[in-house]
Amino acid sequence: MTSLILRTATRLLLAVLLLFSVFLLLRGHDLPGGGFIGGLVAASALALYALAFGSSAAAALLPVGPRPLMGVGLSAAALAGLLAALAGRPFLTGLWFVQDFGGYTLKLSTPLLFDVGVYLVVVGVVLTMVFGLEDD
Amino acid sequence: METAVAITVGIVFGSGVYLVLQRNLMRFIFGLILMSGAVNVSLFVAGRLTRGAPPLVPGGASVPPEGVANALPQALILTAIVIGFGLVAFALVLLLRTYERLGTVMTDELTERLDDPKPVPGFGDDDALRSDGAS
Amino acid sequence: MLTAILLTFLAGGLAPWAARRAGASAGWLFAVVPLALSVYFASMLPRVSGGITQVTPWVPSLGVDLAFRLDGLSLTFALMISVVGVAVVSYAGGYMKDDPLKPRFLLILLSFMAAMLGVVLADDLIALFVFWELTSLTSYFLIGYKHEKDESRYGALQGLIITGSGGLAMLAGFLLLGNEVGTFRISEIVAQGDAIRASGVYLPAFVLIALGAFTKSAQFPFHVWLPNAMAAPTPVSAFLHSATMVKAGVYLLARMQPALGSTDVWFWTLTLVGSATLLATAGLSLVQRDLKKLLAYSTLIALGALVVLLGVGGTVASEAMIVFMLAHALYKAPLFMVAGSVDHEAGTRDVTALRGLGSVMPVTWTVAILAGISASGLPPMLGFIGKELAYEALLPALLPLVALIAASVAMIGIVGQVVVRPFWGRRVEAPVERPHEAPASMWLGPLVLALGGVTFGVLPMLLEPLAVPAASAVYGAPLDFYLKLWHGVNLPLLLSILTVALGLVVAFAWSRFQPALEAAFGGVRAGPAGVYDAFIKGIPKVSAATARRVQSDNLRDHLVIILGFAVGLVGLTAFLRGGILIPADALVMPSGTPYEWVVLILAAGGALATVRAHSRLEAITALGVVGFAIALVFTFFAAPDLAITQFLVETLIVILVALVLMRLPDGLLRERTGAVHRLLSGGIATVSGLLLAGLLIAVTAQPMDLRLTEFFNAASYPDALGKNVVNVILVDFRAFDTLGEIAVLVVAATGVYALLRRVRKQPPAADQGAPGGPEGGP
Repeated sequence: MTSLILRTATRLLLAVLLLFSVFLLLRGHDLPGGGFIGGLVAASALALYALAFGSSAAAALLPVGPRPLMGVGLSAAALAGLLAALAGRPFLTGLWFVQDFGGYTLKLSTPLLFDVGVYLVVVGVVLTMVFGLEDD
Repeated sequence: METAVAITVGIVFGSGVYLVLQRNLMRFIFGLILMSGAVNVSLFVAGRLTRGAPPLVPGGASVPPEGVANALPQALILTAIVIGFGLVAFALVLLLRTYERLGTVMTDELTERLDDPKPVPGFGDDDALRSDGAS
Repeated sequence: MLTAILLTFLAGGLAPWAARRAGASAGWLFAVVPLALSVYFASMLPRVSGGITQVTPWVPSLGVDLAFRLDGLSLTFALMISVVGVAVVSYAGGYMKDDPLKPRFLLILLSFMAAMLGVVLADDLIALFVFWELTSLTSYFLIGYKHEKDESRYGALQGLIITGSGGLAMLAGFLLLGNEVGTFRISEIVAQGDAIRASGVYLPAFVLIALGAFTKSAQFPFHVWLPNAMAAPTPVSAFLHSATMVKAGVYLLARMQPALGSTDVWFWTLTLVGSATLLATAGLSLVQRDLKKLLAYSTLIALGALVVLLGVGGTVASEAMIVFMLAHALYKAPLFMVAGSVDHEAGTRDVTALRGLGSVMPVTWTVAILAGISASGLPPMLGFIGKELAYEALLPALLPLVALIAASVAMIGIVGQVVVRPFWGRRVEAPVERPHEAPASMWLGPLVLALGGVTFGVLPMLLEPLAVPAASAVYGAPLDFYLKLWHGVNLPLLLSILTVALGLVVAFAWSRFQPALEAAFGGVRAGPAGVYDAFIKGIPKVSAATARRVQSDNLRDHLVIILGFAVGLVGLTAFLRGGILIPADALVMPSGTPYEWVVLILAAGGALATVRAHSRLEAITALGVVGFAIALVFTFFAAPDLAITQFLVETLIVILVALVLMRLPDGLLRERTGAVHRLLSGGIATVSGLLLAGLLIAVTAQPMDLRLTEFFNAASYPDALGKNVVNVILVDFRAFDTLGEIAVLVVAATGVYALLRRVRKQPPAADQGAPGGPEGGP
């Protein structure tokens, strides 16, 4: 699994795939995509990298380990629900913050935060498994 | 077209059931994968099949056009796919550990090996490591 | 009434604490509880004829109330419970003087008393059932009181199993009855006897309720538990197992007579079962030489007689039943307490080892004689009146009459063994050195009860205020009668004389034939007792055999059973409902495009290839084909999110499978399975595939309910500002589900991590202790 072609291609693909995964995540509310899909794309990209360069090298690319990532993701999703509760609405009710910047619309919302949580959980889960198996 | 897909689902599901009933745990996991795929598609079929009209709201409109695909089963299946992945991954790792510990993947041999484990050398198991170091 | 019951329970709860304080006088102290109850119930006497009802809602949603009703019948029982209770509790104080567990004993005894009062006062079938089972439970604890003895545990369990199973049958009968009549209120049910007798549930309800009554009142063939219950301390035997609890079944039958009685089924069932009890237990009693066992058999005789009287029914039988029962309570409890005193002071209950105790235990003997005369049915005792009435009531029914005469003969024999043999003679014989009189606590109560038997015998009119309303409640209509000791010379009197003559013969001959009979039958555990033993021993055997078959250590066997049953039951249901409905137009060649067909064939072929795969590469490839074909199905049919997810997951699964398979030797995929198993799993697999396909075709041929989908479509953008309906469902409408699902994923990953970490964290051998070991890479 350490062929030169794989290593070279992976290095190029990694950045593209990670960027694409974020793109899928963000557009998910309106077009096919979302946290599950984005997370799977990102995780696949990093898994590919781990196959090519070893899991420790792949782990080094991440600011935190895959298991903390799961925790962060789950907390983000829960926080998205709690924000609604703090605002006096039922748990997990969607809250929206929409601002127009001369033609550009900024849409922030708790469903987006929730989807980011899903994304992080999926990345963390898949990488925990792949790194674990790929190790030793 | 529902009928044709339903028959396909039946074949895939039956193959999965057959594999799950084998004494080889590896084949058991293959069966698990086939069964979860078949179940996902069967949910999909039960929500009816629609060609080429995904459940999206077009730009400018506020509701999807008439005749788009059923969104509800899709949402159910999406999480089911990912959960199925988690299950299969867990089963795979369990299988790996079982083999490393007991040296077999046959269901009928597991219990007797529990009393008399035969760890596979070179798998980093503590017993194996120790015997390696000694030799 | 609820207050009375609750206070008795409360007194029981206080018993452990108070008994420790009171020490030796605890028996006297706690006798105040039943004494107060006696006074309370006696004060109700003048008001009872119309019945007094008290209702406290309990489970209103189910129509179950804590309804209580005091009429003649329940008052008779309540007085019996509380008056005998006074004697028993005070007696227990002396009998258990040195027992460190006395507080616990009093707790259970008082709880029993409260529960028993609940049984006879309840006017709600469900409440009655609950109290009924409470009496079974307290009886279990009391029989098993000397839990270090095998026979106590055996007797306790036997009693619980038999009466408990009967109680369950009874509950089923109650539910049938309550459902049919539309209420669980007993007083309303008994008012609708004609409607019940005409309905279809009559027979099952009667059989089930009778089972409860027969097990509780130890009728043949369920009588086996009562003699074994004699392992309990004597106060318990006197109270639960002769005077009160075993009469609960009789009470139930008496209570239900207006609703279920006066039919042929009722008559034949009760008279036959009662006669069988009379004859069987009369015969069995001849074998015994243990004082308490002898008395237990005499109790069985009395219970059989009561059931027969209820079976025959009518005015005289109703009177006879009430009087006979009261007489029995007044003589049997003292006799038990006498037996206990003899055991306590002389050291044994074996009649063959006792002689001449009369000279050292005069008061006890006096009690025994008074009670014994009543038990033998001799004047001037209440027992005489009861037996005369019973004979009179049974005159038209030959078999029960003969059975009762035979049993009365045996009863006289038993009295001879219990009352005469241990006390007669000058020379004192007993295992203990110097037997002496029992303390006052142990003779006062029995003496009062036995004197009651004399008083009511001589002055039977004193009993009328109680007996008349009680017999009326049993009969189901108001009765008016007078009790008399002397009825003149009539057929019952002649029968009594015959009985006494035969009884004396039996009593004198007893010591001669008892050893021979005991040698012949004493050790035999055939009959109902043998059935019980075989049943109890059989259960673990059957379950062990079943467990060996279905609970093997082999995962495959479990799965065969689970999947086989799932498929079998679904298939059976489909078959019984007339098959899976597949409309003809569903089978018309569908209008699929060529690439759709190719994809479906790939999926099916890939699945079959996975089954046939012999090497890991084949298997991975085949699995991948199936997965990607499924992704393409999602693509063709307008599910882009699913298609992308499936593609990605399939890729990751293939990677994981490859990572795992690379560590396993290739030969591992070989399957060595016998032809039988291949056929079995092939059969299950085929049927499950056919069922799933058939069900799907049938389902898709039905019209689709799209209301939920339409709601999501309509609300997705206006309410949730999202244009991808699938994603909006996931992260907004059904976000709570999604939250749960990602939590499951985290759990799965943590499990994987934990499993793998055990490998990696093994400390390497000392010479390999390089830093950064686990993460060191391949």
